[in-house]
Amino acid sequence: MKLYDGGKILIGLMVFVGIATFPFYYNIGKVNAKPELKTDTPAIQAWEKQYGKKECVESKEYMRSEHMQLLNNWRDSVVRDMNRQYVSMTSGRKFNMSLQNGCLECHSNKKQFCDQCHNYMAVKPYCFDCHIQPMEKEENKS
Amino acid sequence: MKAIISFIAVLILAAIAYVGVDVLNMQYIFGVVIPYLAVAIFVIFMIVRILKWGSSPNPFRIPTTCGQQKSLPWIKYSKLENPSGVLGVLGRMALEVLFFRSLFRNLKTQLRDDSQLTYGEAKWLWAAGLAFHWSFLIILVRHLRFFTQQVPAAVQLVEMLDSFLQIGVPLLYMTDAVLLGAITYLFLRRIAIPQMRYLSLMNDYFPLFLIFGIALSGVLMRYFLKTDIVSVKMLTMSLVGFSPSIPQNPISVIFYIHLFLICTLFAYFPFSKLVHMAGVFMSPTRVLANTSRVKRHINPWNYPVHVHTYAEYEDDFRDKMKNAGLPVEKE
Repeated sequence: MKLYDGGKILIGLMVFVGIATFPFYYNIGKVNAKPELKTDTPAIQAWEKQYGKKECVESKEYMRSEHMQLLNNWRDSVVRDMNRQYVSMTSGRKFNMSLQNGCLECHSNKKQFCDQCHNYMAVKPYCFDCHIQPMEKEENKS
Repeated sequence: MKAIISFIAVLILAAIAYVGVDVLNMQYIFGVVIPYLAVAIFVIFMIVRILKWGSSPNPFRIPTTCGQQKSLPWIKYSKLENPSGVLGVLGRMALEVLFFRSLFRNLKTQLRDDSQLTYGEAKWLWAAGLAFHWSFLIILVRHLRFFTQQVPAAVQLVEMLDSFLQIGVPLLYMTDAVLLGAITYLFLRRIAIPQMRYLSLMNDYFPLFLIFGIALSGVLMRYFLKTDIVSVKMLTMSLVGFSPSIPQNPISVIFYIHLFLICTLFAYFPFSKLVHMAGVFMSPTRVLANTSRVKRHINPWNYPVHVHTYAEYEDDFRDKMKNAGLPVEKE
């Protein structure tokens, strides 16, 4: 098989293969750090002692996929309707709708909780554009 | 009818993924085997296709020209419309590939009631085509966040700009809406205009429905049904690292439908009209400089022809020509 204008075509092919296989060589030599979430803050441990198990406002699976929507709804509810009470669909328990005084009360370890997945997925939520980042002690960073 | 069959074909594809994963639990087949196969088919057969095109000779310069050719130095020539060298061709190709310049010239031809032929602007196809292709590219680039460990800054920038409006949670990507809108237009155009409906084939409708299905399943997954996105990235990272494994936390079936439709697109790509992705770079009417006059182009198909020149002819018949009183060049 003779190629006409072979040089140009081969350059084009190399560019194509280079782009098409980009993900396969880009990650070579990079550590595949999977997110590791820590849910052993003092507040969570105290909750576990009191109620016998770790639980969030909703089930783990629900929180995993819907937490952003939940937080958005909370914001609307608090800011627009002045309603700060959330009743859990799973346990029926009442919770205070608040990021800093609710979520972050238990999950005081933002770096080892929120940031783990967000950094992994390269997601940058704009929560802390307005809210104050929790102060984390050195021992939590590790 | 052709549209309906294409639509049903895409539905069946989605159903295959649904049954395969949700009923038969073949996560490994749909999450690992088929994606690898699809990417391999895509890359290999694209190369095969390009080499096949490359092996056909280009004996003549046949660029479409819409401007003055380069000739004498005092005659102004059109560098982009009638390129005379590499730079001109590069400029022309850049405009063609990035902005669909030739489609911008698309005209509407109509016969008026008083039998006057009129030409009007027809930019909708160009606009929708541009919106569709650019959205698709941006969406593709955005998806690199699932395939890279430290997501490149450029990808994050694209994503940030795409979700700039900060509508809803997860943030709405503008390109998602634009892509769905543009592809809907491209489909309706084929249905609504009688000439287009007559010209359209199965292989025009099928890619439209397939891409619509991909976009729709992606939108459903991101904004409505939701899935465990961290597990999705663990799967994709295991794929690109060649150590495939299905994550422990289950990934919902909408992801596998999305993935299977994409795999279909990848595998279908090199054999369909979608190869215009490569073809646009190899169309002789676009990529050739108009050097018909400056350079001699020899047809590689030429084979040696025995030529009998006039001088030889005269040598053969000189006596007879003289006898007949015909003038000869050499006495």
